[in-house]
Amino acid sequence: MTERKDLITDIEAAAPAELLGTAGDAKTAGYRLGQICATLAGDTLEILYTFEKDNILKNYKFTIGAAAPELQSVTAIYPYAFIYENEMHDLFGVTFKNLALDYGGKFFKTAQATPWNPAFGKGGEN
Amino acid sequence: MAKRTIIPFGPQHPVLPEPIHLDLVLEDEKVVEAIPSIGFIHRGLEKLVEKNEWPEMVYVIERVCGICSFGHGWGYCKSIEGNLGVEVPPRAEYLRTIWHELGRIHSHLLWLGLLADGFGFESLFMHTWRLRETILDIFEETTGGRVIFSVCKVGGLRKDVSNEKLAEIAGTLDGLEKELRELTQVFLDDVSVANRLVGVGTLTQDEAIALGAVGPTARGSGVNNDVRLDGHGAYGQLDFEPCLEEAGDCYARCKVRIRELFQSIGLIKQAAAQIPDGDIAIEIKGKHPAGEYVGRMEQPRGEAYYYSKGSGQKFLERIRVRTPTNANIPALVKTLQGCDFADVPMLVLTIDPCISCTER
Amino acid sequence: MANLKIGKMVLRSLFKRPATLMYPTVPREWKELTRGRIEIDIDSCIFCGICARKCPTDAIAVDRNAKSWSIARMGCVQCSCCVEACPKSCLLNKAGYTSPDTEKVVDTFVKPEAEPGSVVDS
Repeated sequence: MTERKDLITDIEAAAPAELLGTAGDAKTAGYRLGQICATLAGDTLEILYTFEKDNILKNYKFTIGAAAPELQSVTAIYPYAFIYENEMHDLFGVTFKNLALDYGGKFFKTAQATPWNPAFGKGGEN
Repeated sequence: MAKRTIIPFGPQHPVLPEPIHLDLVLEDEKVVEAIPSIGFIHRGLEKLVEKNEWPEMVYVIERVCGICSFGHGWGYCKSIEGNLGVEVPPRAEYLRTIWHELGRIHSHLLWLGLLADGFGFESLFMHTWRLRETILDIFEETTGGRVIFSVCKVGGLRKDVSNEKLAEIAGTLDGLEKELRELTQVFLDDVSVANRLVGVGTLTQDEAIALGAVGPTARGSGVNNDVRLDGHGAYGQLDFEPCLEEAGDCYARCKVRIRELFQSIGLIKQAAAQIPDGDIAIEIKGKHPAGEYVGRMEQPRGEAYYYSKGSGQKFLERIRVRTPTNANIPALVKTLQGCDFADVPMLVLTIDPCISCTER
Repeated sequence: MANLKIGKMVLRSLFKRPATLMYPTVPREWKELTRGRIEIDIDSCIFCGICARKCPTDAIAVDRNAKSWSIARMGCVQCSCCVEACPKSCLLNKAGYTSPDTEKVVDTFVKPEAEPGSVVDS
């Protein structure tokens, strides 16, 4: 019987400027990208990146303003991140810079723009 | 210079049970590029968490998918249980494992049927689905539902299954196993099946890792990523080895799923033999999830993530389900490059796409 | 005969009973636990509205003043959440699904003032 390893999962806050560095480090250490998701919390968006290796989940949370959210794309490091980034773009209005495969808001066919982020484009401090 | 054509594939296509659209750029008969497009059936189920209290939300999350329904319910419950820091009684964990493995058999049989249908082997499709009916009957007898069970709840289960019933299920599975041996022999040995699958859509191990493929799609390329090995549920007490194949083509992915059928039957029999007696649920009163938790599950199609964020209220702030198909689409796009146009349906089928899950 | 692997299975099924039922002329045998549809024992209902609040699809509507309980049959997903929540245990699962229809059916049950037993369908 193969050895069973318990799942370790912790969530850590990080600054948005460190995103590419964090993702690059994870990639070098052999982690793969598990998922990316956004959560609306008041007038900020929390973007959670999950990296996985050998039953260790490393979660990094990046908090950005909800009115004009913008982040660097990690598609240069993890090419398959394009699905999550396009999804977040269509549902939350997050702009990803240097996105390798940009659907330009046509990934999800939503009736209204950024349905899950009502604060999008409403001025407010960033 | 070969002539370039763009052929739209889907969202309505005879081999596709679910709507995915692919723009296929062809050079003569070869696909040089494929651009996937989804989003036709986005239902916004995750958003419903703001309208449903967390104990009731499990019934919504179960309906993310009609095939791996139990797994989604369990994944949600696991995430909330992790959030609340509660332990589930062992009997509940065993029963959850049994139902989940039954779900895997039913999902893989459904997929094998669709695959047979996809390459035009109608009678094989019929017989695969005839055998799948055995599993659906077990579900109906034990849970009351044929595809959506609504038996999982945060803290345990809503229904118990008697030990006699479990022994009876193990007996039924013995019979099913015999029939399955005969049926899967057709998939493995038949010349016409091999013609359509062997050497088609090869995904190497390095590519599978680089593209983040999960589940049987990755295991067909020799990537050992079976999440069940972390021993959640009763998997820690059950003996199994992940099914790995090296070839990475459609045939290898088919073989992985066929081997998993028998693996699941073995797991259920083991679990039914050693299930402990005791409670099936613990009561959670006056507590609401207040933290964040990321959990994961091995669904029939691969690894799924469940993120929950609570605020100490009745309503959660966010639920996020990352389904396996989401992770397998990049691998699909890669394998499509350079394949024959006639093989496109086979390739799309062998990642076992579940687009409704992907969009939720 | 490498390419006739399935031959035996097909031949055998030629002489067996069909695996399918003649729907709808042959009725199905329901399992004991089947969550087919929700029924109410309107006489013991106290119109507290807990079922309506718990329902994940908002299929149930309760009117305390008119003493009526109604369910949107096509909206109900048979999760039995209401059955579990009901303090008077007057909701129950009955075998047999809601039959397909061209309209979204809403069944309303009104508690009779004096004589019990009458059911109003709308």
